[in-house]
Amino acid sequence: MNQNGGEEQERGAASFEARLAAARDRRGLDQPPAPAPETAPDGLSSNALALGLRVGVELLSALVVALAIGYGLDRWLHTRPLFLAVFVLLGGAAGVLNVWRVVGPRPEK
Amino acid sequence: MAANGSGIDALGQFRLGHGLGEVGGAVNFTNSNEIMMLAGALILGLIYFGMKPRAMVPGRLQAVAEMLYDFIYTMCIEQIGEEGKRYFPFVFTLFSFILFGNLLGLFPYFFTFTSHIAVTGALALLVIVLVTGVALRAHGLHFFTYFFPAGVPKLLAPLIIPIEILSYLSRPISLSIRLFANMTAGHVMFEVFASFMIMLVGALGAFGYVLAVGPLVINIALMGFELLVAFLQAYVFAILTCIYLHDAVHLH
Repeated sequence: MNQNGGEEQERGAASFEARLAAARDRRGLDQPPAPAPETAPDGLSSNALALGLRVGVELLSALVVALAIGYGLDRWLHTRPLFLAVFVLLGGAAGVLNVWRVVGPRPEK
Repeated sequence: MAANGSGIDALGQFRLGHGLGEVGGAVNFTNSNEIMMLAGALILGLIYFGMKPRAMVPGRLQAVAEMLYDFIYTMCIEQIGEEGKRYFPFVFTLFSFILFGNLLGLFPYFFTFTSHIAVTGALALLVIVLVTGVALRAHGLHFFTYFFPAGVPKLLAPLIIPIEILSYLSRPISLSIRLFANMTAGHVMFEVFASFMIMLVGALGAFGYVLAVGPLVINIALMGFELLVAFLQAYVFAILTCIYLHDAVHLH
């Protein structure tokens, strides 16, 4: 396996591929025909841990942005708590939208 | 360093100090910057020395460099499409910088620069500004239809548009918080369990040494988990950048 000496490299890619396939055949490395990767079309949802970590943050971050904007508008226009209340609702909706974008079906690629 | 008698100073490890001695102190060069420079140097070294042999059958270093390259290249093509090749250098830089930052942080006495929201926030802002720029260049003012998807009743516009804008604005927040929170939480757990060991020994003496094996085992398992998280978070950051770039290029 480890003999990548000088003269072997010069024989070109085709010969190398053929010999590699032959060598793998001899050692029975190619017996199981490469198991199909269990990936969803998304590519992200294949990893449950990554997905779980992502959903929580998505839900929260929209709310954080909305809170900041609402609070800022209220401070500026002296209308507390009007915009804060409105933007918390909008932020919650945006958070759900974010989560839906993560777990829902993705539009065409 | 952590447990001074009773309390656990779990957040002390994230305090910035000066790097490079006197000179570093004068120009506010922090230990965080030191590790950033180290990460950059290691990445450049890996690519340079990994690609140098140009062997048909790659050695170890070349295999690592090629895998890293190929991994991100495939990700760009799969997520963005053919145009993804143009953004490959950016995504590759981002991924390797975050990955090396996360991994270097696992070494004792090394600062984890990805545990500072100032750093992750700057990276996320960079991504969002770039993505918005790409979208504006590719579609001009047509980009703003992104906030009002086709097929939605006009009546819902006052509701949908703010929600879509909020959703768009929340991207840098979620990008930066995810990376920062994961790294911070992991390192706090290291510190807490390590402090348990010292406290057990301090309180119970010889018997404490026996009990201290418990936290030690947990920390060893945690180290394996943190290796996973270090890679996973770099991966998530990169793939989300790709997804955002896909949205920017194709506007859905």
